[in-house]
Amino acid sequence: MSAVVTLTPRSETDGAAAVVDLRTENRLTAAFLGVGLVALFGGAVTGLLQALEHAGIQIPGHATFVKSYYHSVAMHGVLNVLVWTTFFISGFVPFMVTHALGRPLASRPLGRLTFGLMLAGLMVAAVPLVGNAATVMFTFYPPLMANWAFYVGLTLVVVGTWLITLNLALTLRGWWATHPGARTPLAAFMGMVTFAMWTIASLGLAAEMLFMLIPWSLGWVSGTDPLLARVLFWFTGHPIVYFWLLPAYMSWYTLVPRQAGGRLFSDPLARASFILFLVLSTPLGFHHQFTDPGIHEGWKLVHAFLTFAVFFPSLLTFFNVVASLEDGARRRGGRGWAAWFLRLPWGDPVVAAQVGAMLTFAFGGIGGLINASFSLNLLVHNTAWIPGHLHLTVGTAVTLSFMGITYWLVPLLRGRELWSRRLALAQVWLWLGGMVIFSNALHRLGLMGMPRRTQIMAAPYVTPEWKAVLPLVAIGGTLLFVSAMLYFVVLILTVVASRKPYVGDVPFAEPMSGPDSVPVMFDRWKPWLALAFVLIALAYGPTLVHLVVTTPLDAPGLRVW
Amino acid sequence: MKRNTTVYLYELAWILPSIAIPVGMLAALAVTAFGAGIHLPSMAGRVDPRRVTATAPFDAPGVVQVGPGLYEARMTSQIWTFTPNEIRVPAGATVTFVATSQDVVHGLFIPKAHVNAMLLPGQITRVTARFDTPGEYPIMCHEYCGIAHHTMAGRVIVEPRR
Repeated sequence: MSAVVTLTPRSETDGAAAVVDLRTENRLTAAFLGVGLVALFGGAVTGLLQALEHAGIQIPGHATFVKSYYHSVAMHGVLNVLVWTTFFISGFVPFMVTHALGRPLASRPLGRLTFGLMLAGLMVAAVPLVGNAATVMFTFYPPLMANWAFYVGLTLVVVGTWLITLNLALTLRGWWATHPGARTPLAAFMGMVTFAMWTIASLGLAAEMLFMLIPWSLGWVSGTDPLLARVLFWFTGHPIVYFWLLPAYMSWYTLVPRQAGGRLFSDPLARASFILFLVLSTPLGFHHQFTDPGIHEGWKLVHAFLTFAVFFPSLLTFFNVVASLEDGARRRGGRGWAAWFLRLPWGDPVVAAQVGAMLTFAFGGIGGLINASFSLNLLVHNTAWIPGHLHLTVGTAVTLSFMGITYWLVPLLRGRELWSRRLALAQVWLWLGGMVIFSNALHRLGLMGMPRRTQIMAAPYVTPEWKAVLPLVAIGGTLLFVSAMLYFVVLILTVVASRKPYVGDVPFAEPMSGPDSVPVMFDRWKPWLALAFVLIALAYGPTLVHLVVTTPLDAPGLRVW
Repeated sequence: MKRNTTVYLYELAWILPSIAIPVGMLAALAVTAFGAGIHLPSMAGRVDPRRVTATAPFDAPGVVQVGPGLYEARMTSQIWTFTPNEIRVPAGATVTFVATSQDVVHGLFIPKAHVNAMLLPGQITRVTARFDTPGEYPIMCHEYCGIAHHTMAGRVIVEPRR
């Protein structure tokens, strides 16, 4: 260990494999990835069924594993946005932190226990989900009542993520103790921010589960309150998108610049952006509840305001990441104001996937601002526009980035080269092409007034205008499904059939403007955490206190699917 | 953020507009929302979700005229219907929907009139819209509410003025 101490953070990452054995951490990462990928597979299959349903096509035999359109939607949502994301992140972020620090997890037994707990939770929740006893969507709004195991299982998964936060914090504390005065390596800092932010944000969901849904679904209390449950859900439900997004940002900041042949433009600006996410991610959930009764319009406006504030760190990210890409492209001979873009290493699926994800996210972000815009929200809330938006953001900005990451991470973990770069590239472009068609169609249908999460071809109010666009949902969705299957083929063959050994480290990028110019404030945690709690108390306090004090839990549960 | 470097200048040249853009958007938002008098559902009171049909005004669902050109549509929602599921008003009517749910979460969505609100058991939803053009305005439930969610619909019929 003493050899590590004397190294600078940068060279430490190079020397990490030689000095510190991180094979246990790598195995844990591989285990989390494996579970996430199985979930993604289930999500892709159910997604195809729904996409085809939009064109009135039903796959023969589908009834053997989905009991209804809504059963399929519920599995698609839970498997993709809750399971795939959470398990990928729980594998990837600790991997990045331990490799950036060149240091094992503070507690490997805790790491294994965490994986076991999260897998057990997932299994417990999966039984009712797959068995059509939890067809309540990933939003599980009561009084729709799922089997208790669904709530208990998901809660165990969340508790597992808290244990990761604990393990990362202890790991970082150990590093700080041996590196007094040194700046935390960027990737480790970002990983810790991601899990700290998530832990604060998940308190809402935890409260909803522990005090409302679990005792209610077990029959210990007879009623619940839909509004209070929704407020607690969205307390977590908006910042969860940053929990998905920040690991992608982490890759865009700390890895993609080098993978694109250049350097990170500004390390301090990257840290500033993450600190703003830590502070601003949570106190803005009411923008999902603009159309809810029982929340004062004034508080809705405050949350709209804060949502626009959190747009600021995303703009910082946009600039910093694009400037880093430009550095790479220019070093590769790129010229001109915009033509340099063509000189990025487009033949590398790792880069192509993530730059494609960034481009998609620009549109997803703009759509998000529309959703958050107080009055404009009335045009789009709960319409097909929303899944259109979700598939650009979590479905592409996040998922395609994660796919790009696995194109180097799986070879690194397995020690074998990617089975086929060409097939991987085809997968990436197929995903982007399919998503353009799919998401555009859903956005348009939403603006035409088509509701989301609805078996639309069986609805009495379908219009000829909708029917002209609906087949595009099926076509785009089919392309996405084919792309997902290609993805699994490439990964599986990389693991089982690739023979060429993979040599490479974790490709951390050098910064142009380095951590030595980071203001000291950025490396302090307490003031930022305190500020985050103060903002949450201000934005949520009055409404939550009012609801908790005045609301009787009097709505009985129903299972109507 | 090291002063007097090129990186610093670029950073500053981006940070300042990045603050200005969201602030400008918010201002535009405030002007359009308040200038146009657009309101979101707010506090309109509670109702015992188990006793909706025994509680005024939901004990007598229907449309009542509350002033010249002003109407109130008192509605309940339940799996998988609206009561009433057809509302008739003359062109130019301003209709305030006062609605709630008797069982699970439903939606009150009339896209042609920009009515978009949630109906939660326990809460009263109050939203107002103007119906100027004669014709049929579909009402849809736009929140998943069970196996026959897609069949839950109604309509507003706006009749030409005599």
